[in-house]
Amino acid sequence: MNSNFDRVLSSEDVLRRRASLLQRVHIDGILLLLLLILAVGSLFILYSASGKNVDLLIKQASSFGIGLAGMFIIAQFEPRFMARWVPLAYVAGVSLLVVVDVMGHNAMGATRWINIPGVIRFQPSEFMKIIMPATIAWYLAKRSLPPSLKHVAISLSLILLPFVLILLQPDLGTSLLVITSGAFVLFIAGLQWRWILGAVAALVPVAVAMWFFVLREYQKQRVLTFLNPESDPLGSGWNIIQSKAAIGSGGVFGKGWLLGTQSHLDFLPESHTDFIIAVLAEEFGLVGVCLLLLVYLLLIARGLVITVQAQTLFGKLLAGALTMTFFVYVFVNIGMVSGLLPVVGVPLPFISYGGTSLITLLAGFGILMSVHTHRKWIAQA
Amino acid sequence: MPQPIRLKDHEKDARLIRRRAVVGALVFLLLTAALVARMYYLQVVQYEYHSTLSENNRVHVQPLPPTRGLIFDRNGVLVADNRPSFSLTLTRERAGDWAQVLDVIVEVLALSSDERALFEKRVRQGRRPFEPVPVLFELSEEQIAIIAVNQFRLPGVEVVAQLVRHYPQREHFAHSVGYVGRINEKELKELDPVAYSGTHHIGKTGVERFYEEQLHGEVGYEEVETNARGRVLRVLKRVDPLPGKDVMLTIDVRLQEAAEAALGGRRGAIVAIQPSTGEVLAMVSQPSFDPNPFVTGISFKAYAELRDSIDQPLFNRVLRGLYPPGSTIKPMMAVAALDAGVITPTSRVFDPGFYQLPNHSHKYRNWNRSGDGWVSLEMAIMRSNDTYFYDLAHKMGIDRMHDYMTRFGLGQRVSLDMFEETAGLMPSRDWKRARYRQTWYPGETLILGIGQGYMQTTPLQLAQATALMATRGKWIRPHLAKTIEGLPPVDSEPLPDIQLRDLKSWDSARFGMEQVMHGPRGTARKVGDSAVYRIAGKSGTAQVVAIRQGEKYDRNKVQERHRDHALFIAFAPADNPQIAVAVMVENGESGSGVAAPVVKQVMDAWLLDDSGQLKAEYATPVSAEVGQR
Repeated sequence: MNSNFDRVLSSEDVLRRRASLLQRVHIDGILLLLLLILAVGSLFILYSASGKNVDLLIKQASSFGIGLAGMFIIAQFEPRFMARWVPLAYVAGVSLLVVVDVMGHNAMGATRWINIPGVIRFQPSEFMKIIMPATIAWYLAKRSLPPSLKHVAISLSLILLPFVLILLQPDLGTSLLVITSGAFVLFIAGLQWRWILGAVAALVPVAVAMWFFVLREYQKQRVLTFLNPESDPLGSGWNIIQSKAAIGSGGVFGKGWLLGTQSHLDFLPESHTDFIIAVLAEEFGLVGVCLLLLVYLLLIARGLVITVQAQTLFGKLLAGALTMTFFVYVFVNIGMVSGLLPVVGVPLPFISYGGTSLITLLAGFGILMSVHTHRKWIAQA
Repeated sequence: MPQPIRLKDHEKDARLIRRRAVVGALVFLLLTAALVARMYYLQVVQYEYHSTLSENNRVHVQPLPPTRGLIFDRNGVLVADNRPSFSLTLTRERAGDWAQVLDVIVEVLALSSDERALFEKRVRQGRRPFEPVPVLFELSEEQIAIIAVNQFRLPGVEVVAQLVRHYPQREHFAHSVGYVGRINEKELKELDPVAYSGTHHIGKTGVERFYEEQLHGEVGYEEVETNARGRVLRVLKRVDPLPGKDVMLTIDVRLQEAAEAALGGRRGAIVAIQPSTGEVLAMVSQPSFDPNPFVTGISFKAYAELRDSIDQPLFNRVLRGLYPPGSTIKPMMAVAALDAGVITPTSRVFDPGFYQLPNHSHKYRNWNRSGDGWVSLEMAIMRSNDTYFYDLAHKMGIDRMHDYMTRFGLGQRVSLDMFEETAGLMPSRDWKRARYRQTWYPGETLILGIGQGYMQTTPLQLAQATALMATRGKWIRPHLAKTIEGLPPVDSEPLPDIQLRDLKSWDSARFGMEQVMHGPRGTARKVGDSAVYRIAGKSGTAQVVAIRQGEKYDRNKVQERHRDHALFIAFAPADNPQIAVAVMVENGESGSGVAAPVVKQVMDAWLLDDSGQLKAEYATPVSAEVGQR
């Protein structure tokens, strides 16, 4: 097993020395490179999607800056240090969710924000996207794998509590992402296949029950619109009809940067946030979409490599779950805009406009980097 | 001890996790392939289709607004109609510099700068991209021709035929049916944007507002292919809108007109209810106004004139006018006191012309200063004796009085389907404590007994209380819609009937009301004498300005607008009630002298046939009712 120390000593060429330099500041070069490619690409697409709005670009670029700084800071913490604070973070996160449910600030008919005027305004559910997998990873890392029924049950209750709280806000999209990130930890931890299949089978009656008892009218409308966008061409179906037209008219090579007609003529709603992939697809065509997907796949591949190479169980479980959840973001967003999935409010990672999701995502990658670069203490242990 | 086992586990865990990571990677590759396949399908397989839609010809989804339901009176006379009208629309996205286009419109049609400002406001309210926004309504033939000639200077401007609400009965129904108007920004936020995507008007008041949901209908749409200039090339798909439901009113246009005529040019309110059904047969609030200008947008000047008029034509006196009920409340008070057991039909009170509370010097005056001597219940109603009712009120007490009057509908909204009805006020101890932070004084109970003091009622409430006298307490909320698409409206929270310990209590009070009209000393016997049927009625006056203790109301001293309002309630025929009427004549002074003749005229219009005889179907049925007397 190579330690960093060995590698630094044995390094001979410039490239390897540079990599090791990055490692010493706990940055993974490959991830950083891919993230920067996405950042630059995002600014280009946003420029077009927002109708050449420079203010918006500056905001997004500064969010990137803040996010990268946050990522850098998080990467400095050892995974063991993080594991120590996870339980407290979980308790704090859940308490904040309770606060939001009880007295949160009301935005858009849904209560998602904690707002201390003049001081801070944030969505606790956003933090839960990271705290959730970390908590389950922390819990399972101390048990033998694959987890026994009892530990699975405890993990599930740890997952369900914040899920229900976020669902009550109500924020179906985020609550499903949070449950997914927790479930991925169980998956990586080797949850038996028969239980997975059993859970999937059980999901059907749960989904039916949710339809009748939990889903709000607008959420049902979204699902119905997905199943048959034609049924509501003036309302929610409008988005899907228009985004499909935007994507389809892009063809193989696209209409060219800034030349998309659908988005620029205001046909396409939400063109710079959730539906931005339609702008990319219209202007850069199938080629552009494939390139973006390639970058995403490389990021995910790197994440999985980090998962496999991680030296602690906590690191493995957390890195794996974060990577897999990242894929879910990509898949759900593109699937939704292209009409494969119902419309849920999930932004396209790193490309959609919006600071909060950007910072959360980069924090996740900071954890991946931390897992990958803090190897010395393991070697010594 | 655990060290070696942990190490072994660690190896096993790593293998397990590697396997899961590989599975995950494979699934992700598959799903990504699915995304790529989807994109390939959209961008390559369907490229022709989508690119045609997006590039040269664009597909638009155009909402097709539903036709608003019609409103008829109870005999099928049209009250609210949809009339084709030509409007000028502007599509912002096609107009280029739309402000300049507006300038051209104003220039060629020679309009004022005020109208230019109005147009601009309307255009800014446009909602969905490529939606034509109507800026000018009811174009004349000449204007259409001018627009056609100048079409080349007016990109994005079109003349379209639209159905616009029209009220052929004009001011007769402004206060009951109400009117529709353009959807304003506040309403826009609350409305379902889909259901109203093609609709520019919404019910603002009255039946139009209350039954908005039913009248509106369901929106349809068509997918059309347009060329780059926005001209429709062909319709790809069409789903027809569902027209709104027709509403048939309970109101009778002829009775409504007769009632308005009976009121003459005076300000006031009339409500006529069919007691057995709760149907409102006529609803007059005078002066009224023509609702038609409100549909397309009334000019600011015309609106200001209506709003600032001293006669308050926009004010709905029937539903929102609040008046102390005065002596009209006495029959209901009598019923309440009989049922509470504080009086009997035969118990009498001596009236020296005033009433005094024990140990108080304040004299509560009878209107007849010389006093009526020994007064029985029927006598008290017939003569409208205040002293008797002071005594009655004192015996009842405020709590019981509040309880009974509430059961008659006072202090609460009584209608089933009238927009913006006021609840009025039936005071109570709790109310006074909350409102004034004071206890209830016995003197306040006394004046409530003659319908003065804090009590505030609407003409509609008075009419409903009268209907309750007529039906012996059977509660049916008064309503304006007889049927909606053939179905009667449903009362989701019906009020309980007034159940008395002894049904005869009704008859004593009703007999008193009959004596008002037909008794030898009845206050309205002049009116009663001229009727060919028996009426049960009661007069009242609502003070506009307070009179001080010891002072006498002198009409010559009081300015016209400060004179008392004249009230009269009645139902007829007395032994087979077909109609209950409440009349309020603003500053009319005399209930019996001014309001009672109006009531009789309304009743005549409903009850008499062409030869001036009571219609056969309203004649007294051969029943126990007659035998009772």
